Amino acid sequence: MTIEIKTNSVEPIRQTFGHIARRFGDKPASRYQEASYDLEAKTNFHYRPLWDSEHGLNDPTRTAIRMEDWYAVTDPRQFYYGAYVGNRAKMQEAAETSFGFCEKRNLLGRLPEEMQTLLLRLLVPLRHVELGANMNNSKVAGDVPATTVSQLHIYQAMDRLGIGQYLSRIALMIDGSSGKGLDESKGYWMDDALWQPMRKLVEDSLVVQDWFELTLLQNVLMDGLLYPLVYEKVDQWLGENGAEDVSMLTEFMRDWYKESLRWTNAMMKVVAGESEANLALLQSWVDDWEPRIYDALKPLAQATSGVDALDDIRAQLATRLNKFGLHSQGVSA
Amino acid sequence: MPVNNKKLNLKDKYQYLTRDMAWEPSYQKKEDIFPNESFEGIKITDWSQWEDPFRLTMDAYWKYQAEKEKKLYAIFDAFAQNNGHQNISDARYVNALKLFLSGVSPLEHAAYQGYARVGRDFSGAGARVACQMQAIDELRHSQTQQHAMSHYNKHFNGLHDAAHMHDRVWFLSVPKSFFDDARTAGPFEFLTAISFSFEYVLTNLLFVPFMSGAAYNGDMATVTFGFSAQSDEARHMTLGLEVIKFILEQHEDNVPIVQRWIDKWFWRGFRLLSLVGMMMDYMLPNKVMSWAEAWEVYYEQNGGALFKDLERYGIRPPKYQDIANDAKHHVSHQAWSTFYQYGHATNFHTWMPEKDELDWLSQKYPDTFDKYYRARFEHWTKEHTEGRRFYNNTLPQLCQVCQIPTIFTEKDDPTMLSHRQIEHEGERFHFCSDGCCDIFKDEPEKYVQAWLPVHQIYQGNCDGGDVETVVSKYYHINIGQDNFEYIGSPDHQRWLSIKGKQPDAKAGGANQDAA
Repeated sequence: MTIEIKTNSVEPIRQTFGHIARRFGDKPASRYQEASYDLEAKTNFHYRPLWDSEHGLNDPTRTAIRMEDWYAVTDPRQFYYGAYVGNRAKMQEAAETSFGFCEKRNLLGRLPEEMQTLLLRLLVPLRHVELGANMNNSKVAGDVPATTVSQLHIYQAMDRLGIGQYLSRIALMIDGSSGKGLDESKGYWMDDALWQPMRKLVEDSLVVQDWFELTLLQNVLMDGLLYPLVYEKVDQWLGENGAEDVSMLTEFMRDWYKESLRWTNAMMKVVAGESEANLALLQSWVDDWEPRIYDALKPLAQATSGVDALDDIRAQLATRLNKFGLHSQGVSA
Repeated sequence: MPVNNKKLNLKDKYQYLTRDMAWEPSYQKKEDIFPNESFEGIKITDWSQWEDPFRLTMDAYWKYQAEKEKKLYAIFDAFAQNNGHQNISDARYVNALKLFLSGVSPLEHAAYQGYARVGRDFSGAGARVACQMQAIDELRHSQTQQHAMSHYNKHFNGLHDAAHMHDRVWFLSVPKSFFDDARTAGPFEFLTAISFSFEYVLTNLLFVPFMSGAAYNGDMATVTFGFSAQSDEARHMTLGLEVIKFILEQHEDNVPIVQRWIDKWFWRGFRLLSLVGMMMDYMLPNKVMSWAEAWEVYYEQNGGALFKDLERYGIRPPKYQDIANDAKHHVSHQAWSTFYQYGHATNFHTWMPEKDELDWLSQKYPDTFDKYYRARFEHWTKEHTEGRRFYNNTLPQLCQVCQIPTIFTEKDDPTMLSHRQIEHEGERFHFCSDGCCDIFKDEPEKYVQAWLPVHQIYQGNCDGGDVETVVSKYYHINIGQDNFEYIGSPDHQRWLSIKGKQPDAKAGGANQDAA
């Protein structure tokens, strides 16, 4: 049996907003569409920025990449704000369970002191890399006019802040929430020879002006080597050396990276496929940054899972870049 | 590691989880990493003095915001499913939403973009993080407002192309130029303009009137958005106050700069709020309070207390505050008169108040309404009844700064239009007031750039020389559907049919011709 509630049905006079209908036709639109397309100001700006007299507000020439329509870049996850926070709330719930479990059983506090020092030296300093990624993505979000592209980057910026906070909490678990572990770890970031190429790389990224160059180097190239190295290879190495519990605390990062590949791949495919000129420019940026990132990660690889592991990852990145028509030195590795 | 150390308190812990992730760079120069921090002349001697205005780590942010979104979207769904638009007080109310979606929602988006940028600009990581959180909140508001009004757009006219109109329509250059002004300024001025002047001093006069209007007029979708955004707004206001105190405490040389910004942004905000004033007094079928009452409570009382508090930093109340306080008796009537006359060029309908509404206005504005405005409105009603609905077919003189037509009157003479003009590099510029004229004189090189809609129409930059072509082709206002008088409009007729009434006989489409 089914029951049927009578409702007063009303015929709408239109299905969606005009700017959505012009792209997709006048039919019921998704929440993602109504939240993401053509919301930003596009023309008739009143004043030029005091901080950049070369460009206007929402100026598409803030990158040298040219797109007929930046809205060709979309999010395969269809994240608008509500969908984004809903998804992350679930992820953080799982992370909270793991952190709670570790905390309750003092799993990190019971690790041998040498292992604690290793974690503070080799894993926790990545919180500073995350803050750099946070800043870079916030810049991109502020520079990109098209909302489909821009929102990807503000979500990414906030994610990186969150990941930096998870890494910091690992140190707080080791030091009994005194902050001493974080101080020690920051000392490695500032002075330990192992981190200096990486710190230089991050600082170099912070002065990059072209926002597409920045998203490429940060979200595709740097993450493309760093995340698999740290959260797969180093994670495995830590497990083999008696710190397998740490894996629980970095599960968020593994899930997150896997998910982020969906939009970075989609974005790269569209932008590289747009024109030969785009492809050539992307290639020049890959040529410039990929070797620098590889070199910056080498000391961490040497101290942990070995350079071979990094080379494996480099080859994987090369294969991924090949799909966009790009080449990197990883092919020969 | 020995764990018998003293545990961090909440404040220090939050600092470890935010600003402590930053470091003193040594491979790149600090001024190259943060190139926009110094050109405004603001001196920051010690960023570590920054007090985090709220302590919200990302995990908590995701959790709270997701809970709020879940509840909000459940209401949106229920509203659409049950055709909630049929339960509002009267279809005239929807015109307030048209003004909101085309005038305010695009500002939420501009705020998102502005905060994302300043969320990168400051070398103080605590301030950056607070700004980024506001950035993503503003994106939320921009998007949820689209979703809240999506259902209305399916059943009423004039909501269909808000962002397009925001870039073009004459009166929308008022809010747009306001935010363009803030976004093109340096990061400290941006925060003084938006976080302090706009969010902290004036939010109760912008955001709250629309949301209370929704509550009083049965608009469940919009008022639920309002409640859901309330805790975001509280955070933004806290940031606004912290920003101003921090800048003022950092260096005494900052005081005159900040004072100039407060003067400027108070005045720009006050002018922008003319649109809200007329919305409250004229567009809400069920009225919340009069504009004059709102101004008294939220500016004169609350603002008064705030500026008393800021006195110890050497800050005085904004210049021309006395003119703004006096104008509370006039601006809404002057603004509505103007929109009534130009109702052929707006994306919402206009109308003359009914008898009981005129009485309400007389009562709320005992010193001004009967004396200066009521007779004009009764005359226009009579003209309309006799088939001569009044439209003004000449284009008005706009103020070079606030971009509102120069419709306002002198403080001590409400029958005298307030008008100022100056010559700058051989060209003459016009202003609505000393407030706007002063703003121009401080930064003429900025305000000469203004994209003034009337000038642009006359210069032929808006797809045509005649108003009708501009309105339909350039603005995307559907003539005869979105614009003109409310009585007899398709919205009005649809509403009567929802309520099971016959269309009013006196309301003929025949009288809708502006020419």
